[in-house]
Amino acid sequence: MRGVLKPVKKGRGGIDIAHFKNTAEMPVVRIPTPPFVTIAMSQNIGAPCTPTVAVGDKVLVGDKIGDSDKYVSAPIYASVSGTVKEIKDVRLASGAVSKAVVIESDGEDTEADFTPPKVTDTESFIKAVRESGLVGLGGAGFPAHVKLNLPQNAKIDTLIINAAECEPFITVDYRECLEHGDDILAGVDAVAKYLNIESVIIAVENNKPKAINVLKDIADRDNDSGDKVKIMTLKSRYPQGAEKMIIQSATGRRIPPGKLPSDVGCVVMNVASIAFVGRYLKTGKPLVSRSMTVDGSAIKEPKNVRVPVGTMMDYIIDFCGGFEGTPEKIVCGGPMMGMALSGTNYPTLKGNNALLAFTKTEKGALAVKKETDCIRCGKCHEACPLGLVPTNIARFAKAKDVDKLLHSGTMVCMECGSCAYSCPAGKPLVQHMRLAKSIVREAGAK
Amino acid sequence: MSEIKQKLTVSASPHFRSRQTSRSIMLDVIIALIPSLIASCFIFGVRSFIITLVSVTACVVFEYLSRKVMKRHNTIGDLSAIVTGMLLAFNVPASMPIWMVIIGDFFAIVIAKQFFGGIGQNFVNPALVGRIALMLSFPSVIGKFPEPLARSVTITSATPLASLKTGEIPDVNLLGMFLGVRGGCLGEVCIAALLLGFIYLLYRRVISWHIPVTYIGAVAVIMLIAGKGDIQFAVYEIMAGGLVLGAVYMATDYTTSPISQRGKIIYALGCAVITSLIRIFGNLPEGVSFSIIIMNILVPHIEHISTPKPFGTPKKTKEAKS
Repeated sequence: MRGVLKPVKKGRGGIDIAHFKNTAEMPVVRIPTPPFVTIAMSQNIGAPCTPTVAVGDKVLVGDKIGDSDKYVSAPIYASVSGTVKEIKDVRLASGAVSKAVVIESDGEDTEADFTPPKVTDTESFIKAVRESGLVGLGGAGFPAHVKLNLPQNAKIDTLIINAAECEPFITVDYRECLEHGDDILAGVDAVAKYLNIESVIIAVENNKPKAINVLKDIADRDNDSGDKVKIMTLKSRYPQGAEKMIIQSATGRRIPPGKLPSDVGCVVMNVASIAFVGRYLKTGKPLVSRSMTVDGSAIKEPKNVRVPVGTMMDYIIDFCGGFEGTPEKIVCGGPMMGMALSGTNYPTLKGNNALLAFTKTEKGALAVKKETDCIRCGKCHEACPLGLVPTNIARFAKAKDVDKLLHSGTMVCMECGSCAYSCPAGKPLVQHMRLAKSIVREAGAK
Repeated sequence: MSEIKQKLTVSASPHFRSRQTSRSIMLDVIIALIPSLIASCFIFGVRSFIITLVSVTACVVFEYLSRKVMKRHNTIGDLSAIVTGMLLAFNVPASMPIWMVIIGDFFAIVIAKQFFGGIGQNFVNPALVGRIALMLSFPSVIGKFPEPLARSVTITSATPLASLKTGEIPDVNLLGMFLGVRGGCLGEVCIAALLLGFIYLLYRRVISWHIPVTYIGAVAVIMLIAGKGDIQFAVYEIMAGGLVLGAVYMATDYTTSPISQRGKIIYALGCAVITSLIRIFGNLPEGVSFSIIIMNILVPHIEHISTPKPFGTPKKTKEAKS
């Protein structure tokens, strides 16, 4: 195919894991409006917002209910229309406690008046992105306007759109490609234009031929501005979609330890985020809902659902038919990097892309593995896309040897989980890596 | 509906794990060794099987008892003692008295493995320690081999390797060498069966090609040079003795070989050089055991120079140095 790129540089490591894309052909369905939503004021990495509404206030969909004057933050909008019932502290899936605005829905979903933002230059564009309330929809939840507000001296030549979706089970990015190609195109054009980026690479894993076709079409339609947008197919191998990996594949550049994509001339955006940017510039409707994959052996009717931000997870699971069998583990996010939950009584956040429930006998993988002694097989190192030796780092962490931890690249680790997945001894290596990082951070703070 | 009655498992990511376990890896090695055991029974008779069975049993018993005495959790379930028992048996002649084999097992499991902390902690290959203990204790017994395909146990010391040592081409043809119709330790003779196991281990991703291919390849190159380009001599050299057994099953022992690919290649080259030097200049006909043990000891140093730099670490340029 013309214009379809192959990776410039092949990465090392990674793992062959079954894709489990069971929901790939299920269009995203809008969940019936829940009776109430609990919108946490801590939606993203960075500062939490302060509620801008009071108990008893009437709100419409898209009314601002929280904001912050801190830089790393994004405003929060009402996701249903109704009455503010309560403002209280709630526990989030991560275990953190956050202030939250509880809105009782009137069932009408009346929208506020939206006007498309006036965008003329970089500054107004960044401002509009902030106002949209967008945070990275790929899971990390980093405020988008911070990412797009590049340092003055940075020379950015490549915008990479991440549609790799290498985590098993999750298919919402794939659905975004199939269902909202025009929005993706609009978003790509806007970001490239206002950030003055010459080259756009949309990266997809080669197990999604339909998405590749749709994106190819987009790239061809964009030809009036030259051959700017290109599609790159990645070998489907976890974790191809990790930021460091995708930059290496697209440009051959490697982010040095402790640096950001902008240091190697790249901006990476998730495909759902970019589609949202496109939509927002057209309509002015802020981020009030998002798509989630609900799947796993313990879910009766797996689905892709569009949920208002703040919908309780048990409501979503009920909509998907409830549980089938006995759930052993419930995960928010993908099986490799997601978070295990202690229940389902948590509100969804802007960054949540999946809700998975597994029984003990989940096919194709062991959800729970017995821990035995390390046999130094080196499979963790073989799997590490960053060339670390996790078993050594775990040992140094046990000895609290900060020098050796730093020297062996502890802080480079992105916690993709490839090491722990591969470990025949069932070691919780990601947990060890986190411990190692905290030891290094603590030593640095002293 | 979505009510949860039981407690959920909450643990750090990732929530999926590969099916491979330490036990499944050891089981794969055992499976890979079985063709050689069967071949050995054809070549040297049922005694091959008896020695292997005794050795395996002794290793498992020693492992169990030493863990018990040291008040540590029982590890016989990981099957690694069975692998050690099989490998040690493969490294002795089929004519070896049973009680001697048991002494070798004691050195392997108790001294080389459990004294240093058990699986994953030993710094030298246990089976090779067992073999070397036997070599040094009973040199006249371990240096004599039964005739292949003999009806009664007839002892000979004429192995292809011994002939090569004197500069002669052995009287066994190459096909005979490949199939194992020759004098030698019970598990090392049938190259065909060993390679079958090697392919299985590669297919199951238990080991990578780096150590065996580099080791055998480098020995071939060195022997080609030593034999002044005599290809036949080099081919005999790589098939004779315990090179294939050592390169595929002993040098690749996880615990005592480097983790990185580069380290594996350096390690295998070292094994090849020492093996060749012993074979060409040494007093002993065979040098595989000693070369692997010596390189085992050097592994921490090899790791030190061969572990790759973390992703994105800038390469040191000449300007940066000055």
